[in-house]
Amino acid sequence: MDFRLTDDQRMLAETLERFLRDNYPLDKRHAISASDSGYSAEMWARFAELGIVGALFGEAVGGFGGTGTDLVVVFQALGRALVVEPFLPTVLAGSLVAELGTGEQRAMLADVIAGKRLLALAHAEADSRYDLERVAANARRDDGGWRISGAKSVVLGGGGADTLIVSARTGGDVADKDGISLFLVDPAAAGVAIRAYGTVDGYRAAEIAFDAARGQPLGSTGAAYPAIEAAHARAIVAVCAECLGAMEAARDITVEYMHTRQQFGVAIGKFQALQHRMADVLIEIEQLRSAVIAAAAQLGAGRDRREKFVSAAKNLAGRAGRQTAEEAIQIHGGMGMTWEYPVGHYAKRIVMIDHLFGDTDHHLERFIGLG
Amino acid sequence: MNLEYSAEENAFREEVRGFLAEKLPARTAEKVRLGKRLTKQDMEAWHAALNARGWLAPNWPRQWGGAEWTAVQNHIFDEESWAANAPRVIPFGVTMLGPVLIRFGSEAQRRHYLPRILNGTDWWCQGYSEPGAGSDLASLKTRAERRGDRYVVNGQKTWTTLGHYADWIFCLVRTSTEGKPQEGISFLLIDMKSPGVSVRPIILIDGEHEVNEVFFDNVEVPVDNLVGEENKGWTYAKYLLTHERTGTANIGNSAAALAQLKAIAARTMKGGRPLACDPFFAARLARVEIDLEAMKITNLRMLVEADAGAAPGPESSMLKIKGTVIRQEINDLARRALGPLALPFVSEALDEGYNEAPIGPDYANAIASDYFNNRKLSIFAGSNEIQRGIIAKTKLGF
Repeated sequence: MDFRLTDDQRMLAETLERFLRDNYPLDKRHAISASDSGYSAEMWARFAELGIVGALFGEAVGGFGGTGTDLVVVFQALGRALVVEPFLPTVLAGSLVAELGTGEQRAMLADVIAGKRLLALAHAEADSRYDLERVAANARRDDGGWRISGAKSVVLGGGGADTLIVSARTGGDVADKDGISLFLVDPAAAGVAIRAYGTVDGYRAAEIAFDAARGQPLGSTGAAYPAIEAAHARAIVAVCAECLGAMEAARDITVEYMHTRQQFGVAIGKFQALQHRMADVLIEIEQLRSAVIAAAAQLGAGRDRREKFVSAAKNLAGRAGRQTAEEAIQIHGGMGMTWEYPVGHYAKRIVMIDHLFGDTDHHLERFIGLG
Repeated sequence: MNLEYSAEENAFREEVRGFLAEKLPARTAEKVRLGKRLTKQDMEAWHAALNARGWLAPNWPRQWGGAEWTAVQNHIFDEESWAANAPRVIPFGVTMLGPVLIRFGSEAQRRHYLPRILNGTDWWCQGYSEPGAGSDLASLKTRAERRGDRYVVNGQKTWTTLGHYADWIFCLVRTSTEGKPQEGISFLLIDMKSPGVSVRPIILIDGEHEVNEVFFDNVEVPVDNLVGEENKGWTYAKYLLTHERTGTANIGNSAAALAQLKAIAARTMKGGRPLACDPFFAARLARVEIDLEAMKITNLRMLVEADAGAAPGPESSMLKIKGTVIRQEINDLARRALGPLALPFVSEALDEGYNEAPIGPDYANAIASDYFNNRKLSIFAGSNEIQRGIIAKTKLGF
């Protein structure tokens, strides 16, 4: 057993943490979040320069990492700084291009890694909730190409993407795993209508309607489900690590507040009732850290084993996240409710991560189903 | 034991329903249903409608324009109002200051202020908390120094709900630093238009302007604006807080929110069937429903006792804790029920006149931000930690 990071991973963590400390204070983050696009093109370019985007991809496609642990290192730091740039859409969509793309298609990842092209995965639909196999959008052949029709919902980073990866049915029933295909779609193409918006925690998503929009197949027709599931496994590990980072930050801020806030003539941290609650939060954070490490290590394992660890981590993140977020606000009292003070923003991200790629109940059910 | 409503109580419920059907503007109810922003005018119009019916301050004595409702009548009105998506009554004048003036104010103060609360002339806000005095309210530092027939007030209040709308603020101020901190506090009525009063907004985590900081810089206040005796303000404040907490069980609000949650669960699809049929979600829903049904009885038991003359004491702390925990649990389930559609948030859609199609169902937009906003319930009006302390001290003898 060896729980240490490699030298490269340690350097990656230090580089990113230092960069974020120096360049990504929370007030800047809020300003970026409130801007038209909801992310900073300048920051994205600098992340790419530092090799942070490349760390999400394996060497086979021109990256410098791509393992589960690399994802954890990057996203934990992103979570601590509440970074709003589109790392998560990049992992989701980029993983699919890396996995399924032809040589020519995979070449676009060089641009992605260089920070010159943004990708987004348009997969979930209004009625699919968290079920990855539930796809109603369809694709049909049309003079040698494909035309996609349907509506995708809460597409992360969908408003700013240069290329969309869109799932659509080429066979099977609405809830079948077979018959799902992926297509590369130009968001500027005819028949693509994008409605972008902010999320309650300050990130960006979009509703995207496709009306006979032209698409180029990614991977073999009708057989995309296993890759979609695997890409989501990577995204879940990433977002659980982001949750962990945000929870650590919320914990640190709260403990600091308990040491300094005076009521009844003492620091409120002197009250045992509060001490014990933060002690429980600390335990839950360590539990999540372990679950995330374990899930990251299983990303390369067989499907059932991988998915079981992934669902375990996401279930735990939902439970521990809610506890941490709610305690962090409660222990701050009114201060925790204010926009000006950081802890509420961490709480929002932590809780809303439960709404990404399946909440705690979804993954509990899934864990049971995986036997 | 008889847990049935009497014929009179059932008739009262019908009367309330009739009133709501006739007088509650559909536009206002729609805003409440969808969690949209209410304007000051919306709230004032609803107060006026209630006042015209004699129901704005139903718990005041009749001689001051109240209705002297029983606990059960209050419960029925609360339940029906929330079920009909009526706006809440702004409590500061009606529920908080009114009872204090009636109990401790001078005849002149009652005659002057009480009618103005009812007819909407004065919008009141509460000046209790300070940056350094939250849970430890008695440590408050805003000073009022007596100079002839005036007090000169200096200091700062915070978390002043809707203070930006207020004409007047009732304040706890320090008039003495001798003895225990509780012994040097007075209860003072201050005109918000007085020179030296300034209001600064505090934006909450849902992005909304609901609370404020209020600053006092050499504000002159006539001594006639002192309620009761100097240095006895803590007694009045405790009386007020106890009154406030009996209303913070949130029963009617929780019942309406639970009904909405069930409707959401019935129409939200999960795996091709309604979410309400999902055993994981159904179990969560059932647990909170069981808690709420028990809480309704707990609330009535305690209010009926109070009706019979028992002073509300630690009971109000129990109602506050459990009531807010249940309300927050319903908020939590509502965001869960929405699934991914809890994420989109369009702030402009909370304003009247927004005409674009909603993202997802029309009720979805405010659900997650409400979950975050209602974290305040277990913090304000004496945090749940403070309430547990009161129970431990007064009920358990620690």
